Amino acid sequence: MSTFPGRRGELLAGCKDELPLLLGVVPFGMIYGVLALDSGLGPLASQAMSSVIFAGSAQFVVTQLVRESAPALVVVATVFVVNLRHALYSASVAPYVSHLPLRWKLSLAYLLTDEAYAVAGSRYARDAGVAAPSPYRHWYFLGAGFTLWASWQLSTAAGVFLGAQVPRSWSLDFSLALTFIAIVFPTLRDLATAAAALGAGVVAVLAFGLPYKLGLIVAAAAGILAGLAVERWRA
Amino acid sequence: MSWLPIFLAAGLLTFATRLSFIALLGHEGFPPLLKRALRFVPPAVLSAIICMEVVVRDGAPALGAGNVRLLAAALAALVAWRTRSVLLTVSIGMAALWTIQSLL
Repeated sequence: MSTFPGRRGELLAGCKDELPLLLGVVPFGMIYGVLALDSGLGPLASQAMSSVIFAGSAQFVVTQLVRESAPALVVVATVFVVNLRHALYSASVAPYVSHLPLRWKLSLAYLLTDEAYAVAGSRYARDAGVAAPSPYRHWYFLGAGFTLWASWQLSTAAGVFLGAQVPRSWSLDFSLALTFIAIVFPTLRDLATAAAALGAGVVAVLAFGLPYKLGLIVAAAAGILAGLAVERWRA
Repeated sequence: MSWLPIFLAAGLLTFATRLSFIALLGHEGFPPLLKRALRFVPPAVLSAIICMEVVVRDGAPALGAGNVRLLAAALAALVAWRTRSVLLTVSIGMAALWTIQSLL
């Protein structure tokens, strides 16, 4: 009979496994805070966006739209499109949380960011070969998600507080791309996955001119199709 | 103009997106095709974001050696692939960017 870590053990393990990602997230949160103030948003609205939207890349785009005084509908539609990928994360974790009470589903859904998914999703993938995985895995998910949430709020606040004192020449916004590189490249272990990443990357560059970051969705669809095609071809 | 109600609407939509499948799915499994497709979602979406951030500079694709971010990102990708360490990838990537920028 194997023994599992309890709720507390799973929660702390989730927190701990999220920590390395904070190296990319914290500078990005700070640069978001700086850009938000810079775009003309007040400190309160800048900070509020981090808790109500809670999605780094979307918030980044919103600061650009605020600067251009984009209409409300455009802002809402853009956030929706940029965050559409979270529906796919939702589908990916859904089978593992389907047995949980509603309050758990609501909390974990709120915390389902790229970085939380990277940690929780790979945990579920690691458990794939385990006959009887831990019954407390949702605590691990909660630990990872909460750690990311807390550091996002704090780094945003730091950026809002520091404002113009963070020089542009530090290029802190580059940390977003680096975090995603760190998440993606270790997973490129087979041809089909590599094709998905490559296909999406190429289309993203070709479609950069589409309005409202629509190129992102087109690129994602192209990447998924490329992955499926290569998988079928290799089979 | 107050942005707060707009952010609230955008936030609710984001939350609904994240909740979508978690709320809808019962205990039954997925259609096999959807399950296979899902495996490719994270590499596809994240790679698209990376390429938009790294390759597209000042509103146009820049694939030459003059794109400092592209060089730093290539090095970071190598580090990520070899070490699987987020810590090393981000710190070496930022250090590379700052080094190349200071040399130019």
